[in-house]
Amino acid sequence: MKRIDCLRAIYPELEDCAVVTIMGAVAAELYSLGHRPNFFYLEHAMGLASSVGLGIALSQPERKVVVIDGDGSVLMNLGGLTTLARYAPRNLVHLVFDNEVLLSVGGGAPGGFKWFTTATSTGSDLAAIARGAGIRRAQLVRELDDFTEAALDGLKGDELTCVVAKVDAEMPASFLIDVHMLENRFEFARALQRMQAKTATGGTT
Amino acid sequence: MPVSATNSKVVYDAIKAAGVRLVSALPETWLVHLVRLADEDPDMILVRLAKEEEGVGISTGAHFAGLRTALLMQNHGFLQSINGIASLALLYKIPLLLLITDRGTMGERDPWQTEGGKYTRKVLDALNLVRDELNRPDEVRGKVAKAMTLAQSSLSPVALLLGRDLMWEEPTA
Ligand SMILES: Cc1ncc(C[n+]2csc(CCOP(=O)(O)OP(=O)(O)O)c2C)c(N)n1
Repeated sequence: MKRIDCLRAIYPELEDCAVVTIMGAVAAELYSLGHRPNFFYLEHAMGLASSVGLGIALSQPERKVVVIDGDGSVLMNLGGLTTLARYAPRNLVHLVFDNEVLLSVGGGAPGGFKWFTTATSTGSDLAAIARGAGIRRAQLVRELDDFTEAALDGLKGDELTCVVAKVDAEMPASFLIDVHMLENRFEFARALQRMQAKTATGGTT
Repeated sequence: MPVSATNSKVVYDAIKAAGVRLVSALPETWLVHLVRLADEDPDMILVRLAKEEEGVGISTGAHFAGLRTALLMQNHGFLQSINGIASLALLYKIPLLLLITDRGTMGERDPWQTEGGKYTRKVLDALNLVRDELNRPDEVRGKVAKAMTLAQSSLSPVALLLGRDLMWEEPTA
C-alpha cells in the first residue's frame, strides 16, 4: 500500500477538518495533492503532532481534527497515546503511516534498502499499543480499501479513532513544500479561528 | 502538607485573570493545590500529561484554535520539554506561559532535587527565554499578567519560576 494512495483516498474529506501532519514525506505528499489553509505541516518536533491535534480537538470540540503521523514519530511520544486515550476527544482521527523506517532522514533508500528501521519492523504493533493505551477504536490495515473505509468511518464517526496503515517505505516524488513554516503556522491558525467564528455565528463552514 | 494552599490560590486566580482556559500539568508536591484548583474549575480544561513535552504540543494546538494556556511543571519537567520548546515553540513562534516550580535552590531538603536547580536558569537563558520569579503573593497577579502579555506579543515562551517562599510554608516547630 502506498501512502500517497491513502492520502488521495481521503483528501476530499479533509476540507473542513484541521489537519496536522508530521514532517518530511507525509507532509510533502499531502502538499502535492493541493495545499489548503487548514493543513499544518509540523516540520520538526518529532512526536508532537498528536499533542498539537489534541490541543486543537479540546479547544474546538466541534471541529474534526485529523493527525497524520508516522511510526517513528509515534514511538517518540508513546505517552502521548495514553493522554489521547484518556481525554478521548470524539473529534480526533489519528492516522499513522507505518513504513517501518525513519524514511524522511533517508532511512529507506531507493532500491528498497532500509538502513534505519523502527521497532515496528521487528514486531512492535502500534495499533495494539494504541488499544493498550486505551484507544478503543484502533486498527491495523494493510489494504487500500480497508484504510479508506476505516479512515472515512473515523472522519464521519463520533469517537476517537486510530488507524495504523502499513505502507511502503517509499520516498515522495518531491519534498517541495512551497509554504514557509511561519506562513503555514499563521495561515493555519487564522483558518481555524475563522472556521470557529463561522460555526459560532451559526453559519455553515 | 506545607504547600501553601493560600498562595496556590493566588497563583491560580492570576492565571484565570490572564485569560487562561486550558492548563496542562505534570505535577510535583508544590503543584498539588494548583492542579486541584484547575480540576475543580468547570471553566478550565485540565490536561494531565504523561510527559511535560506533550504540553508544548497541546498548548500549540490550543493557541492555533484561539485559546490561552498555561503549563505547570517542575524544573525537571522543563528540562524534559526542551526539544518541544526549541523545535516547536521557538521555531514556530508559539506563546507559552511556563509556570515552573523552582526546586533545588536555597533551602532545598530533597537531595534529588538539587541537581536541576543548579542550571534551570542557565538553560532558560541559553534558550533566550524571558523569565521572572514569583516569591511574594502580592507580586503574583501583576507578574502573571505581564508574562502572559509578553508571551502573546512576542509569540514566545515566557517562564515564571515559582519560588519556595511562595509555594512552601515551613511548619512552625
Ligand atoms: C528529536 C528528533 N530526532 C531526530 C529528528 C530527525 N528526523 C526527522 S524526520 C525523522 C523520521 C520520522 O520518521 P516517521 O515518523 O516514521 O516518518 P517517516 O519519515 O518515516 O514518514 C527523523 C528521525 C528530528 N526531527 N527530531
